[in-house]
Amino acid sequence: MERYTLSVLVENNPGVLSRVVGMFSRRGFNIHSLSVGTTQDPHISRITIEVNGDALIVEQVSKQLSKIMEVIKIKTLKDSDIVKRGLSLVKVKVTPKTRSEVIEITNVFRAKIVDISPNTLTIELTGHNKKLSAFIDLVEPYGIEEIACTGMTALERGTNTLRFDK
Amino acid sequence: MTGAEMVVKTLEKNGVKVVFGYPGAANCPIIDKLSFSSIKHILTRNEQGAAHMASGYARVTKKAGVCTATSGPGATNLITGIATAYMDSVPMVALTGQVVSSLIGKDAFQEVDITGATLPFTKHSYLVKDGLEIPKVVNEAFHIANTGRPGPVLIDFPMDILKKEFDYPEEDGEVNIRGYKLIGKANESQVKKVAEAIKGAKKPVILAGGGIVISDAVNEFRKFVKETNIPVVSTMMGIGTLPTDSPRYYGMIGSHGVKRANMIFNRADLVIVMGSRLGDRTVANVKGLEQGNKLIHIDIDPAEIGKNTQPYIPVVGDIKDVLEQLMPQIIGFKADKQWIEEAEELRSRFTHKPFSDDNGYVNPKYFLNVLSEKTNSDVYLSTEVGQNQIWCANNFKFTSPRSLLTSGGFGTMGYGLPAAIGASVAAAGAKPVIAVMGDGSFQMDLPEMGTMMQWDIPVKMVLFQNHRLGMVHEHQFLLYKSNYQAVTIDGKPDFSMLAKAYGIDSGVVTENSGVEAAIDKMMAADGSYLLVVNVSPFEPTGDALNEATLPKKEDN
Repeated sequence: MERYTLSVLVENNPGVLSRVVGMFSRRGFNIHSLSVGTTQDPHISRITIEVNGDALIVEQVSKQLSKIMEVIKIKTLKDSDIVKRGLSLVKVKVTPKTRSEVIEITNVFRAKIVDISPNTLTIELTGHNKKLSAFIDLVEPYGIEEIACTGMTALERGTNTLRFDK
Repeated sequence: MTGAEMVVKTLEKNGVKVVFGYPGAANCPIIDKLSFSSIKHILTRNEQGAAHMASGYARVTKKAGVCTATSGPGATNLITGIATAYMDSVPMVALTGQVVSSLIGKDAFQEVDITGATLPFTKHSYLVKDGLEIPKVVNEAFHIANTGRPGPVLIDFPMDILKKEFDYPEEDGEVNIRGYKLIGKANESQVKKVAEAIKGAKKPVILAGGGIVISDAVNEFRKFVKETNIPVVSTMMGIGTLPTDSPRYYGMIGSHGVKRANMIFNRADLVIVMGSRLGDRTVANVKGLEQGNKLIHIDIDPAEIGKNTQPYIPVVGDIKDVLEQLMPQIIGFKADKQWIEEAEELRSRFTHKPFSDDNGYVNPKYFLNVLSEKTNSDVYLSTEVGQNQIWCANNFKFTSPRSLLTSGGFGTMGYGLPAAIGASVAAAGAKPVIAVMGDGSFQMDLPEMGTMMQWDIPVKMVLFQNHRLGMVHEHQFLLYKSNYQAVTIDGKPDFSMLAKAYGIDSGVVTENSGVEAAIDKMMAADGSYLLVVNVSPFEPTGDALNEATLPKKEDN
């Protein structure tokens, strides 16, 4: 099982997301992560989906997605060809003694402290899944109160783009 | 003009002649405006019947059938018909009324999220939120339903939008859906590979699917077979692509197919699949297919290729185009004589035994043989689902495409009678329409006899009566140690009396010897007719070869 990233351009219509997600559940495919946002064209949204599976499964996913009328374009992206980022907010337990240690780790990861209380630090971190999980592993011993993560979103490196041109 | 008038105007522009439907508050504005149009509205007895009629109508006319229902229960009653059309790639446009826009999401009276409910089995669907969009949406719906791999499209209209006044837009729009690409010709290099594989094959076989029928490629297909002499087997949806008595046709494959067809299919060294999704009832063991044979898979839907099996040569294209591309490249190729001899040997080894002739029972296979002869097979024949369906598929001698109307993919009981009504409306007397049914399936939609009579739509109904849900009965014999549960469907309604209540003449036949006269009488009758055919509950579904595994009467 490998992880693939699908970048999908869709019409920015109500109900599009349920068509896309419904296809996954109906056909028994698994979504590892998903993120949706607008593009430079307000009529088009981009859905970035991470899928676990082998090449044949991902090919089926892509073909089934392209049957949806409101799906305009799909590209299956290789990790080596893209920049991929997700955002995590991590609320870590701290004591006066451990606070500086956690701040140090935060700095090493070029993460940001976005909230502070006597007993917690909330840290904002962006990056590839590997970076996010490495950070979480490191702060785990201090005690994690809560984590909120977005799905990954991605763009191709260099001049390659996924666009709809009339 | 009102939203409903816009709907009707756009339906007319799309060439719609008939709408099958059932009224309720929410779709009443459409029903109202239809009465002022050139379109005929046919009132059914249940919305499910309306959807199946639209489906039967579409299978005959090759164009989207239209059905309408009101919100809530009306809309949900359409669902089985929509799913049936989806599984067999039948073009259909379903128009549902919805509660007024301001009440959507409030669990209003007769509210249901029908676009949500039908999402998994519509090709596309719309919930109209702006009346000005109506012409565009309706045009798009017909375009989507009819083109590519056809399928059902649902449009949900909130009642307030149907009633509100709008100016019909001057440009009601060329259809341009940027996410929808039509597929025509195949990649030339793939076609070349196919031609080479065929030329190199010792034992090629073609599996003919419904795609050949849908793409209107039957003439090209028959030419191709004539030129290459490659043996052909078919799926259920592919029946009629070659005439049943064609020298190169060996019958339907699959779990309910005929043995010679399955054996030829299994012995082939090259399988050319044309317009079939290779469903589980057609090929149970796809892994065997991948290992044992070289598989060429030609389909218009890219997602069908690689879904159930991995082909050796995948070809994405409209089969009509692909056959035209392929034809010049195989001129002169003829299938190996030895292979044809082998296939013919299988044909002669696995032919029907003489038909059984028991007291009090008609052999349904014999009946269907006689029915083909008496009608020259020049009919539309619909089936229900179960034994009656398989008997028809394997014993009626189909000569043309679109003459078998059956729920192949979804296996919907209650489909055949309304589908026959829809087909009869479409045929408009050009060919007789025969509905073959069992007593289980007939009782699912029999009120549609009322529709038949109200609108003067002739259908010849053949009821194979055995007071059983025959296929499940057989299943319980084979797999549940003859523990027959919930398969005796009795209460003994007198079906002739029931028909009479609707003003339909009927006849009963209980012996093989009476079949010819009974069929003559049915076909000569004016309008609709019901022929009750007594068959044995132990009549096997399969051909004579399977009889060894089937029960004897004394086991009952």
